[in-house]
Amino acid sequence: MAPKSRFTADRGLVARMTFTMFLIGLLYVAVIAALIAYHVSIGFVLVIAAVLLFVQYYYSDKMALYGMGGRIVTPEEAPELHGIVDRLCALADMPKPKVAIADTDIPNAFATGRNPSNAVVCATTGIMRRLNAEELEGVLSHELSHVAHRDVAVMTFASFLGMVAGLITRFAFYSGMFGGGYGRRNDRDNNGAAMVAVIMLVSVLVYVISFLLTRALSRYRELSADRSGALLTGRPSALASALQKVTGDMSRIPTRDLRAAEPFNAFFFTPALANGFSISSLFSTHPSLEKRLEQLAKLSKQLGQPVA
Amino acid sequence: MGLLDTILGRTKPAKADLDDLFALPGAAVTLEAGLGLKPTGTGSVCVKPAEGQGFAGLREQVDQLLAADNDKYTETKDAFGFSWITREGDAGDIQDLVGDLHTVNASLEDAGFGPALLCTLITFSDGGPPVGLVYLYKRGTWYPFVPTGKEQRDNSRELQLKATIGSDLKIEPDLSRWFPVWGAPGL
Repeated sequence: MAPKSRFTADRGLVARMTFTMFLIGLLYVAVIAALIAYHVSIGFVLVIAAVLLFVQYYYSDKMALYGMGGRIVTPEEAPELHGIVDRLCALADMPKPKVAIADTDIPNAFATGRNPSNAVVCATTGIMRRLNAEELEGVLSHELSHVAHRDVAVMTFASFLGMVAGLITRFAFYSGMFGGGYGRRNDRDNNGAAMVAVIMLVSVLVYVISFLLTRALSRYRELSADRSGALLTGRPSALASALQKVTGDMSRIPTRDLRAAEPFNAFFFTPALANGFSISSLFSTHPSLEKRLEQLAKLSKQLGQPVA
Repeated sequence: MGLLDTILGRTKPAKADLDDLFALPGAAVTLEAGLGLKPTGTGSVCVKPAEGQGFAGLREQVDQLLAADNDKYTETKDAFGFSWITREGDAGDIQDLVGDLHTVNASLEDAGFGPALLCTLITFSDGGPPVGLVYLYKRGTWYPFVPTGKEQRDNSRELQLKATIGSDLKIEPDLSRWFPVWGAPGL
């Protein structure tokens, strides 16, 4: 007997996400084709970007924890948090990630790590204080969905091109600056300056397109995680109420505090960093609250229908 | 999850595996012979109640089912928001207990709440504090759980139990999935 599910698949979301990923792939192909056609060698930059992203990917759990001031806690230290994660993992049949707590009053939670066996789920003391057990469970199931979907790997891959373009822009900018600064004047240098300007323009263009696409992809991944999380707990309304509480609180906190909490986004030059998927801190990488609540309301309605 | 599901960010809800529940009576015999542990007659099904009328309607069904059985069942809610449907009955008849628990499971699964099933707990005792055997639906495996006080468990006893019943039941090989169920009914 096929297992019955109470949720219907969201084909629209899957289609939009596939299209976004197709566009990102297309951009990769276009850039590679252009590189080959014009015999441009950016091997050096590619290696730097690959190393940077690999480090970021491989150590994503430790870096995100360090960035947020998170500390891995044992079941004895945080029995409630571990209890919730234990049960969710048993329901979803996934390995249990490490559980961490960050001692900050900003209400937030994130999941990170390169694969489900190296994942960390972290909640701040602020979010644990503000949410009740059911809402916290909704938030954690959203984060566990990110782990199950391997969003760190997906977003790292998607943002690679953006990182390369960003690096080239910087190199071109500095080389242009120093080239002009020393005031050498001859034809070759003029040619070189024009070349640098073209490279800069193109890489800025690639960067912008890649930035927008990865942001869009990130928003779809968030909606997917909301969906899977609600599917896991069977309580979309608890996640909805958590979102409302958290975003309401977030918007009242001054910007400077927010920046202090996100040093990694200031530090790295790429969009939609794969350093961890926080539930609320990066508004632009997340869909609007209305959109998320609307989806959760739809799921709640599906649950409300009588047993078939 | 397949690669495609990962790429598309989809989750297929984990299916509940009810079959291995029926391996319990054999293990109960081994437990009594090997360690003097007898079933207490208490068994419970832990389920994550979903919101909305769909689950509420199902609950009525289960209530009717339970009422028909002369109130052998009680339902309690734990601190994590999970429901425990507990059946307390004749300590001698473990076959009957397993059959009753399966009825509850099957009715939940038929209504599409298979993914909401967390575990089944059956308790044993040798006159001292009770020990539990936990069945994980999603893995189709068992593990022992021996609480010894407030949020403390006796790991060596658990490993001893595992060694005793290892050939009767499929024991969960990944020790990190032996999650504690503090304060579960019957423990």
